[in-house]
Amino acid sequence: MPVEARVNGNPVTFRADDDTPLLWVLREELGLTGTKFGCGIGACGACSVHIDGDVMRSCGVPVNTVAGKTIVTIEGLGNPQAPHPLQTAWIAHQVPQCGYCQSGQLMAAAALLAHTPQPSGDQINAAMTNICRCATYVRIREAIHAVAGATAGVPA
Amino acid sequence: MKLQRRYFLFGGAAALGAGVFGVWWGDRAALARAKRITLGKDQSSFAGWLKIGADDSITIYSPHIDFGQGSQTALAQMLADELDADWSKVRVEQAPPDYAFGNGALARVFISQMSGHPDAMQHVPDPVYAMLARNVPLQITGGSSAIRATGQYGFRVVGAAARLALLAAAADRLGAPRSELVASASTITHAKSGRSLRYGELAAAAAERSLAAEPVLKTRDQYTFIGKPIDRFDIPAKVNGSAKYGIDVALPDMRVATVIAAPVRGGKLISVDHAPAMAVKGVEKVIALDDAVVVVATGYWPALKGARALAPKFSDGGHGGLSSASIYAAQDQLIAGGKPDNVAGKGDVPAAFARADLKPLSAQYRVPFLHHAAMEPFAMTGHYANGRLEVWGATQDPLSTRNQLAKFAGLSVDDVTYHQMLMGGGFGRRFPPYTQIIEQIARVAKQVDHPVKIIWSREEDVKQGAYRPQSSGHLRAALGPDGKIAVWQTDYAQLPDAEGEVAFLYQVPATTRRHYKYISNQVDAYWRSVNSTQHGFYNESFMDELAHLAGADPYQFRRAHLPAGSRHLAVLDAVAQRSGWGSPLPAGTGRGIALVESFGTICAQVIEASVKPDGTPQVHKVTAVVDCGTTVNPKNAEAQVQGGILMGLSTALGEAITLTNGAVDQNSFTDYPVLKLPDAPMVDVHFIESGAPIGGLGEPGLPPAAPALANALFVATGKRIRNLPIAGQLA
Repeated sequence: MPVEARVNGNPVTFRADDDTPLLWVLREELGLTGTKFGCGIGACGACSVHIDGDVMRSCGVPVNTVAGKTIVTIEGLGNPQAPHPLQTAWIAHQVPQCGYCQSGQLMAAAALLAHTPQPSGDQINAAMTNICRCATYVRIREAIHAVAGATAGVPA
Repeated sequence: MKLQRRYFLFGGAAALGAGVFGVWWGDRAALARAKRITLGKDQSSFAGWLKIGADDSITIYSPHIDFGQGSQTALAQMLADELDADWSKVRVEQAPPDYAFGNGALARVFISQMSGHPDAMQHVPDPVYAMLARNVPLQITGGSSAIRATGQYGFRVVGAAARLALLAAAADRLGAPRSELVASASTITHAKSGRSLRYGELAAAAAERSLAAEPVLKTRDQYTFIGKPIDRFDIPAKVNGSAKYGIDVALPDMRVATVIAAPVRGGKLISVDHAPAMAVKGVEKVIALDDAVVVVATGYWPALKGARALAPKFSDGGHGGLSSASIYAAQDQLIAGGKPDNVAGKGDVPAAFARADLKPLSAQYRVPFLHHAAMEPFAMTGHYANGRLEVWGATQDPLSTRNQLAKFAGLSVDDVTYHQMLMGGGFGRRFPPYTQIIEQIARVAKQVDHPVKIIWSREEDVKQGAYRPQSSGHLRAALGPDGKIAVWQTDYAQLPDAEGEVAFLYQVPATTRRHYKYISNQVDAYWRSVNSTQHGFYNESFMDELAHLAGADPYQFRRAHLPAGSRHLAVLDAVAQRSGWGSPLPAGTGRGIALVESFGTICAQVIEASVKPDGTPQVHKVTAVVDCGTTVNPKNAEAQVQGGILMGLSTALGEAITLTNGAVDQNSFTDYPVLKLPDAPMVDVHFIESGAPIGGLGEPGLPPAAPALANALFVATGKRIRNLPIAGQLA
């Protein structure tokens, strides 16, 4: 059954089989390859997107469960004219190394700040559980703190 | 010359030293080819690696891939510094995977070190290295080599020589003596006449001139870009989803495939019933390879479902009896047999051990196979049509990848095009000799009537890895009446001989290191820091045990065994000072220290750690001091060391690949746990700018982490960690 949803502000119709994970229709039907495949079992978070404002690991979300929902991917988090403050901070702090996990890290961090604009260290630890094999964690923390301190209250 | 393995590994400081380096420019055929591949209208080439446009654009072709280590930006800093370029005009491109772009500077360092006679090899003429680099081929990224080899011996020279050519062209044009010209920010100015010329105006004339073979390089006080924390070129595209990795390639009408290979390495496919996969909607084809089954479908999901529906029968290649326990047992037996394959050392070790006045100590250490666990699973896209193969992917040697594709497809290299994409982590996993997907895409593309992308599942990625070797180390030493080490012996069993890579830092009168070659069905792979991971752990753990036996402070004990005035001592002292070594800690928290030199760089770390109520270690803080000679980009250098340390801690805490009945037990990140942010401690990194020959940075941060942690946990708990990972040992 075709599934209608909104992705990054645009109405879309997914045509893949019902059990196809959202990750693969984003990548293969819409060409939104910023959302990455890491493990396929929700263990690494590389595929994190926002569904109705909540961060979700899209490799475990069957496409038939997103009908009518609003999805935001890394491509819709900001744009060159108005990047999300976290994207700006990620550059300022030179966070990414290989960069493969960073879409997911940014989506997780953006959801955290949307709900908790000034998170404590423990709240950051609880929210940021995506794997980065390059281990850019020190700078991820720095960048989140920088945004939380500088622009507390800015919506994601 | 056989360069298939270990061709880029060498230990100790770069023997060629610092100073003025000659480059051989005269390979006309290669240069002409490089120009034909890269030059557009109104563009001029300098030695192939540098291109200057009439519009003042400066393009640098990097023979190294950048998978996040930042070397493309740093290489550009080195070249642009010598060129006196306007940084805003500089950009970097991946060098084409063509023999015209074989990395001669890398060959010069690797091959001279590899020969075992670096001093003699220094007199080998550069044409030999250039020829070797093209023919080997050599376009690798590994061995922490980009800056210390290619940057130092290649790109700085290219930049300096191009600058001299531009100055000469300006002198001609302006009718002024060169001594009155000043080059700065891509402009040459003649102050007396008030006239100036941009590099873009001079490039065509300058490129006609022959380049100076031994240009004088800048000294530290003259640097403009070297030593500056310049933002990396590749980062903006990595925060908005636009960066394209190998897995992101999409072609019209493309199919997607996934693979299930023999679970026991060396096994072959015996039989497979295609029907269960073909019954899955979207599956179009099942392809049997020699040692794997490939399912081709309209997308990844149906391909995966199809593959999982199959029940292929594989042989075990005679390795079905292998297990982690059997490997350790075989290694211990080899060592007990006392017939080493390689021996290095000095002094009379047997006589020293025979002395009655010494206090002996021995300990056995074990480290498991480790997986690279790069975040991007293997993925390559191929399109075979009209006798030509075009492939998109990401490996740590694009030039060799193209050659291998040709070999496996049965084509000439000229009929193969290879596009190097961004890479989602490598850490040594993606060297062509054991990057199995190269052969898979070459064979599969020829059997599919569309472009086809192969994506490995994470499970395949974990189970079919090319692991850091499982290894046993038996260490034995004895303390003299003065409390210092009189004799040291390391017996270790693993496939490769580590002697050329692992520097033994301490002053001990009699030492021997004996390698017992243990061969299994696993490939001899490189894993970040390679042999320095296990040997750093052995040496620095055992050093700690000896310190405690001597009743000495572990920092002071190491100090007592290092030469006065040495760089090692300076690094060790600095880490002790910065970490507050000796200051009080809360009860239950310990401090550990370790010092390892690898890839020409010295790194010392102090780690503070305790044990949580559930028995898992808690790392509170890491202090690291690094002497890599010169940091080209301090911000990026810090990132490399931070990441290396945390990856080292990750391995120490919980990572292990184990075998049962010849097959890998682990499946994914659930049973191969990689460190996450909540467990990442504070990391303080400090560099000593000693000015020594430039060392590597991608790897040297990693090896001290595991022993520093184990040493800290010994202080905290009294339990000595001799087997990695630590998980489960402190509960």
